[in-house]
Amino acid sequence: MRGRAHKLGDEINTDYIISGKYKFKTLDMKELSKHIFEDLAPGFAERVKPGDVVVAGENFGHGSSREQAPLVLKEAGISCVLAKSFARIFYRNAINVGLPAVTCDTSLIQDGDTIELELERGRVRNLTTGAIIEFKPLPPIMARILEEGGLANYVRKHGDLPMEGGR
Amino acid sequence: MGKTIAEKIFSKKGHRDATAGDIVIADVDLLMAQDGTAPLSIRAFREMGGQRVWDPSKVALVLDHNAPSPSEGVSRLHASIREFAAEQGVHLYDVGCGVCHQLMPEQGHVRPGDLVVGADSHTCTYGALNALATGVGSTDAAAVMRTGRLWFRVPRSGRVEANGSFPEGVYAKDLALEVVGRLGASGANYMSVEFEGDAIEGISVDARMTICNMGVEVGAKTALMRFDAKTAHYLGGGEFSPVAPDPDAHYEWTETVEVSSLEPRVSRPHRVDDVVSVGEVAGTPINQAFIGTCTNGRLEDLEIAARILRGGRVHKGVRLIVAPASRQVLRQAIDRGIFQVLLDAGAVPVTPGCGPCVGTHDGIPGDGDVVISTANRNFKGRMGNGLASIYLASPATVAASALEGRITDPREYI
Repeated sequence: MRGRAHKLGDEINTDYIISGKYKFKTLDMKELSKHIFEDLAPGFAERVKPGDVVVAGENFGHGSSREQAPLVLKEAGISCVLAKSFARIFYRNAINVGLPAVTCDTSLIQDGDTIELELERGRVRNLTTGAIIEFKPLPPIMARILEEGGLANYVRKHGDLPMEGGR
Repeated sequence: MGKTIAEKIFSKKGHRDATAGDIVIADVDLLMAQDGTAPLSIRAFREMGGQRVWDPSKVALVLDHNAPSPSEGVSRLHASIREFAAEQGVHLYDVGCGVCHQLMPEQGHVRPGDLVVGADSHTCTYGALNALATGVGSTDAAAVMRTGRLWFRVPRSGRVEANGSFPEGVYAKDLALEVVGRLGASGANYMSVEFEGDAIEGISVDARMTICNMGVEVGAKTALMRFDAKTAHYLGGGEFSPVAPDPDAHYEWTETVEVSSLEPRVSRPHRVDDVVSVGEVAGTPINQAFIGTCTNGRLEDLEIAARILRGGRVHKGVRLIVAPASRQVLRQAIDRGIFQVLLDAGAVPVTPGCGPCVGTHDGIPGDGDVVISTANRNFKGRMGNGLASIYLASPATVAASALEGRITDPREYI
């Protein structure tokens, strides 16, 4: 996965990703993605290119449980989200819809840098600066969901939840 | 090593001896989704090959965020939820019944010791009834509808010990804001927060729900309180299986709050954790005031507001919007004369439900407007206009501010 970084700050909540006033109206993610980051970074929808990467600071995706947040990121062409930390519901939702969300030190990435994500190896390469950022790979249960392209695909294919440590 | 409430409930529901950090696949006692999340849940349920939900008696769908519908698009989504509910035989609370987080406890869907999953971040409210309740997204909710189970990482726990008794004019909301201010928006990320102490024992279940409701505003997976006689009374008696922590349970930290010295607290725009004493923002002119939501739309909240509004009149140029948390709350407020007081003061009542909290209808602020609200979030654009500013406070502070037309310390009215 390779793409250009869009650097955002700390505490980006789900209302900033996609405002509640839009998300209740439709399930058409193409329509919703026109309003991505509208209050935070006007014009983002026009600037983003397929494969681009969202790079953020602490507590990305806090607030509402709306799954439209990772879905509009995906629809806008974002290939993955890198952040210093994620709020838990967003993190689950991202993996569940097949959007890689990686917790890593994003201070070595600047806006516009070209980033390559090596998910299985647990590292991010900043191709602009040459920096290599390592991260702890996803827990196996989440990696399996992501490999299948999300939880809906996983359950359809396997008829059940991924099993780990339980029955 | 002893166990926290969260470790005990996940051990029971996950059928294994689980401690913090373990991954469990746990049986779910209740699955709730609302009109903003249910449509995607239904779609994901179909994508999963779902035919019938695992147990219709354990699924509840609530039309509250955008209800009654303000547009054709919403009406189509509402119709799809009604159709699914009828087809599956699940509980449906249609427009006007109230906010999901009032209805689930009020209508008897939540029991002590339960594991509840809701496709809404404020599902943690039910911790006030000693249930482990957590918010998830639509696809997780769909997986529960399909299988009756979900995977969880057992959270680490922190403890808030609230001691003393609330001074006049200071309420559960002020304690909740104080905790959010101290811990910060990610201060308890992924954790379970247990609330203890005589200040919690001394307040009603309504007030306890206000506090647990805001657990997610510090990033918590769940907020929990102990079961006591008040919980039993709220639930109308019967047999219960409450869960208490072991005396030697492990907590990552303990935050102590002496509520006797607490002042009315206010969150400033645009962060819930930017919390100050009311005195620091007193005098700020307001255009709109809002009393309602899953945080503060309950009977006790309306009663507190009415006490301040009685005989007064909302300041010229200010809209005071009131959204009772449920039809039952509205009916009780009418029966007790509370609603009459609100109307006489000039309040604008809207349908029981979420009201203008999430920016879909019922009072979207204008450009540059300043709003003081009893809700739980004040992010830029939250109420539907990125050019408005939102302050969060208790029903008393909001009521006093509505009378004065500027942010006001409610203790002046007590």
